[in-house]
Amino acid sequence: MSDDAAGSATAETGLKGAAGDVASFEEDRKGIVRTIQGILHEYPTLIPLIVLVVGTVIFAIAAPGKFLSPLNLSVVLQQVTIVAILGMAQTLVILTAGIDLSVGLIMILASVVMGRTAVAYGVPVWIAFPLGLLAGLACGFLNGLLVTALRLPPFIVTLGTWSIFGALNTFYSNSETIRSQDMEAAAPFLLWLGKLFKLYDIGVFFGLDLPWLRGWVVTYGSVLMIVLAIVLSYILGRTAFGRHVYATGDDPDAARLSGINTNRVLLAVYALAGLICAIAAWVLIGRIGGVSPQAGQTANLDSITAVVIGGTSLFGGRGSIIGTLFGALIVGVFRNGLALSGLALLWQDFAVGVLIIVAVTIDQWIRKISA
Amino acid sequence: MSELTNMSLPTGNAGDIVLEGRGLNKRYGRVVALDNADFNLRRNEILAVIGDNGAGKSTLIKALCGAVIPDSGEIRLDGQPVHFKSPMDARNAGIETVYQNLALSPALSIADNMFLGRELRKPGWTGALFRRLDRTRMAKIARDKLSELGLLTIQNINQSVETLSGGQRQGVAVARAAAFGSRVVIMDEPTAALGVKESRRVLELMLDVKKRGLPIVLISHNMPHVFEVADRIHIHRLGKRIAIINPKEFSMSDAVAIMTGAMKPPVEGATGPTQHYQVGEEASQVQ
Repeated sequence: MSDDAAGSATAETGLKGAAGDVASFEEDRKGIVRTIQGILHEYPTLIPLIVLVVGTVIFAIAAPGKFLSPLNLSVVLQQVTIVAILGMAQTLVILTAGIDLSVGLIMILASVVMGRTAVAYGVPVWIAFPLGLLAGLACGFLNGLLVTALRLPPFIVTLGTWSIFGALNTFYSNSETIRSQDMEAAAPFLLWLGKLFKLYDIGVFFGLDLPWLRGWVVTYGSVLMIVLAIVLSYILGRTAFGRHVYATGDDPDAARLSGINTNRVLLAVYALAGLICAIAAWVLIGRIGGVSPQAGQTANLDSITAVVIGGTSLFGGRGSIIGTLFGALIVGVFRNGLALSGLALLWQDFAVGVLIIVAVTIDQWIRKISA
Repeated sequence: MSELTNMSLPTGNAGDIVLEGRGLNKRYGRVVALDNADFNLRRNEILAVIGDNGAGKSTLIKALCGAVIPDSGEIRLDGQPVHFKSPMDARNAGIETVYQNLALSPALSIADNMFLGRELRKPGWTGALFRRLDRTRMAKIARDKLSELGLLTIQNINQSVETLSGGQRQGVAVARAAAFGSRVVIMDEPTAALGVKESRRVLELMLDVKKRGLPIVLISHNMPHVFEVADRIHIHRLGKRIAIINPKEFSMSDAVAIMTGAMKPPVEGATGPTQHYQVGEEASQVQ
């Protein structure tokens, strides 16, 4: 604070003839509420973190012995993996003040391309798998192209492509599912992310006996989720492209005047989101042990839910990948905890709805900050 | 760092012209925004551009900073003809503009904003391979630039711009322009949204920037501010420059009268030394 005073004094020397009664640079009325608002503004990921911790504590009390067991928490982690990865794709798009309603269907389409090309058409998996990734990338690129070249609102574009990708999905899959046994025989690689390993064994591998890791069972898909979160956080926080994503969503005119090619940023973001959806497709195949054109029907809205509860602003320019990871975990923890507490499914939906509304309300409040 | 402190200018006479527009025309349909307009900016001066609403001064400024491409006419920078296709071209040529809306990204930090669109990467493989930003270096340069301009009240270079006051935001935008502008800084209504005290600081800031050898084009409606800091005043009316006056020889009401057409623009050689005072060639035709 003394620094500030000294700084003011230096600056005020230039104010020889100025009137003394005009508004000061100093912020004098800083109540507790403003302070909290300031802290949350600076660290927006705090809210989902707090909600996650509080939720965990509540369910630890409400469902004693059951909720906090390593096995149960492992199940929660497995359940949220796909939504979390899709949520990361969605976060990128929402940071640019857009929205992608087609993420779920890009995922399903990519999983169908991977699975069906490998199993039904007998194409080697080292071709089928990249083909699936490419399909996701192409879908995302199409979204980006429509948003930038035709200047259509992202909501409308992705509502349209959601329907288009759904039709392509039915066309390519022929509405047939691929069973686990066929997949295991033709392309076991595609199932790999669904495989489980015991965390305790990892400790043993390094010659450590870590008893607190006993009971934790994790899929490779969940590991991939965490790796993806780290990579995307790095891109958003530590590269120029990441800064440009925020700037584009925050104020596109200012971004353009600062020399950012906002169309290129948008195109890259939608394409990258499509690619991440294709990675989610790989996780999905592992999780359901095959390919089903009917899988993941709620994934679109679930991904938006994770993003919003994770503190990312729907108005763009604010939010983080880690927040979305927390957001997905919060939904998983509440659903699981409420189920273990013996409440009917409808109350899970009810709770998720309340969380969304509270999250958006808090976001609006934080955004009102200014000096 | 050396590429950023590019403030040394080629030495020349005080009367040297840095930025010049000759016979600029721009039409929007039937509306003539620029009608054979001229413009010149000298070294080490603050040139104010005033004009009534719709006089075409903002089109003139946009043509100079690359936001508008004139239909005809010539723009010269340091004597060389230039053809700006976008604000980026003008920026790369050393003309920085502080827009009225500041063109800052509110959610990003002060340091991020100062380097927005021209971020510095870490030297070595992390920068080359992983495109890692050199945040320490950017924060340091940003802090240096702000303190050079006496903006020490901003303590935390990583606080977001939206937590700053209007004057502080203006300070960040000016510091950015001064840091990267090597030839000209254009400021569009820099005090319009500010209070008395904050306006004062911005005016001080402009004189500081001028002292560092950067000429400034100031677009403003605020006559007291214009008369306080400007070395010459370019008066724009009906799409062209009708006069350049010396603020020491004319009163504010004269300037307003010329600007609105209530007073005939001064004829060359009428008052004062011609050194300070020129007349638009078409002045007589306007009336």
